[in-house]
Amino acid sequence: MNLTVNGVAHEVESGPLTSLLDVLREELAITSPKAGCEQGGCGACTVLVDGVARRSCLTPVASVQGTEITTVEGLGSPSDLSPLQQAFTHHYAAQCGFCTSGMMLAAQAYIDGGGSDGHEAIQEAIAGHVCRCTGYVKIIDAIAAVARGDEFDLTVTASSAGMVNLGGAV
Amino acid sequence: MTQATEVLVPTSPDEAAAAFGDGSGVTVIGGGTIVMPEITYGRLKVGKALLLGKAGLSGVSRNGGTVTIGAATPIADLVDLPPPLGPCAANVADGEIRAQATLGGNVCAGPGPDAPRGDLQGPLLALDATARSTGPGGERSEPLESFLDDRAGRLLLDVSFGEPAAGAFAALDYPHTHEYTVLAVSGARGADGAVRLAATGLADHARTLSGDPDAAASEVRLGDDALASGWYRQQVLPVLVRRVLADLEEAR
Ligand SMILES: Cc1cc2nc3c(=O)[nH]c(=O)nc-3n(C[C@H](O)[C@H](O)[C@H](O)COP(=O)(O)OP(=O)(O)OC[C@H]3O[C@@H](n4cnc5c(N)ncnc54)[C@H](O)[C@@H]3O)c2cc1C
Ligand code: FES
Ligand code: FES
Repeated sequence: MNLTVNGVAHEVESGPLTSLLDVLREELAITSPKAGCEQGGCGACTVLVDGVARRSCLTPVASVQGTEITTVEGLGSPSDLSPLQQAFTHHYAAQCGFCTSGMMLAAQAYIDGGGSDGHEAIQEAIAGHVCRCTGYVKIIDAIAAVARGDEFDLTVTASSAGMVNLGGAV
Repeated sequence: MTQATEVLVPTSPDEAAAAFGDGSGVTVIGGGTIVMPEITYGRLKVGKALLLGKAGLSGVSRNGGTVTIGAATPIADLVDLPPPLGPCAANVADGEIRAQATLGGNVCAGPGPDAPRGDLQGPLLALDATARSTGPGGERSEPLESFLDDRAGRLLLDVSFGEPAAGAFAALDYPHTHEYTVLAVSGARGADGAVRLAATGLADHARTLSGDPDAAASEVRLGDDALASGWYRQQVLPVLVRRVLADLEEAR
């Protein structure tokens, strides 16, 4: 089976009913999709399948053959964060980080679909994603900021919050 | 984990019916939102899997006053339909699950271990839907209620119903990120003026109700699960019936 993840084509050997989550994590060692509940209930495993947010734990790999999979590694790189990654950093939208990759991909699908900065619409877009740390407020703020087209200076964020300025190595 | 020895991906309804055959040893996978955890956790051993995603069994069509919905139609495609089906579909899980979960998987889902499921059975019963399925003895069309009573070994192909003159849906949700439906009542007034009501969130699949709010709790089996007790459901069911009847009256 062939699978394209973040633009890289892979030949996959796992069985056809293995979940996409297990293929990504166990066979391809792409570990940003988290195995939270593995029964559809938490959203930590969400990836984009041809741009559509989808729970990878509920998806048999055979059903996504030939599609383009995007995980959070495909959004940006540490030296070139995507707008959402910058917004999550700027707004402190991640604490332990366990929900963050799924949350970010649901948000990316929402932004790509022309989502507004309205809090209700954002709540609807991330419904099904459980965060045990943030209380969701910061996450919604971050997504709304990207929907509005805000720009972020991450070095300023660190110093204005009274934190050690790491010289941009955020 | 246990692997299927064979995975079939039919590309037309005829191929799907042929691949299903008499259904013996075949695990049907619609959206997989119920089946996949069963497989991953090793509770379901699959010999032969039939993936319906590319079988041409998806879509909503209208012919005269009749609406037909393919079994592999994602629930997300139903949310804009008129009540009772549209609001019920919109009430299922969250957007990601609705985009993946199918009508067929919902109708054919057995009762869940800790929460009711099969929400769409309610509005479809109220709409007096017909189920078209294939399996031993070939193709068969029958009222949804009889399909629900005897659906083992059948592959659901589609459901169809006459467009109602009016519809209504009332649900008691569980305040949780996924808002599983604790109990729901659907109602429809047919083109002939007849009113049909049905309830979901019961101890077994959805059932039709007579429409008498005070009799409703004695007409169905209400059980305890992780979301609510049978006693609580008994108290709430008449309220939902009254709400649906009032909404239907208002839609006159
Ligand atoms: C987080 C979460 C929230 C949920 N919330 C709800 C909810 O609010 N309400 C609700 O009703 N459900 C809910 N569910 C359960 C489930 O997602 C839905 O019932 C869904 O519609 C099942 O459809 P599916 O296509 O994914 O089913 P599948 O997992 O593909 O199949 C379910 C069953 O039906 C059989 N089947 C599938 N298609 C056919 C067919 N065409 N013919 C014969 N048999 C078939 C399968 O073999 C299996 O036994 C939820 C699930 C999750 C994970
Ligand atoms: S791991 Fe997939 S939803 Fe929880
Ligand atoms: S940041 Fe910890 S679960 Fe969301």
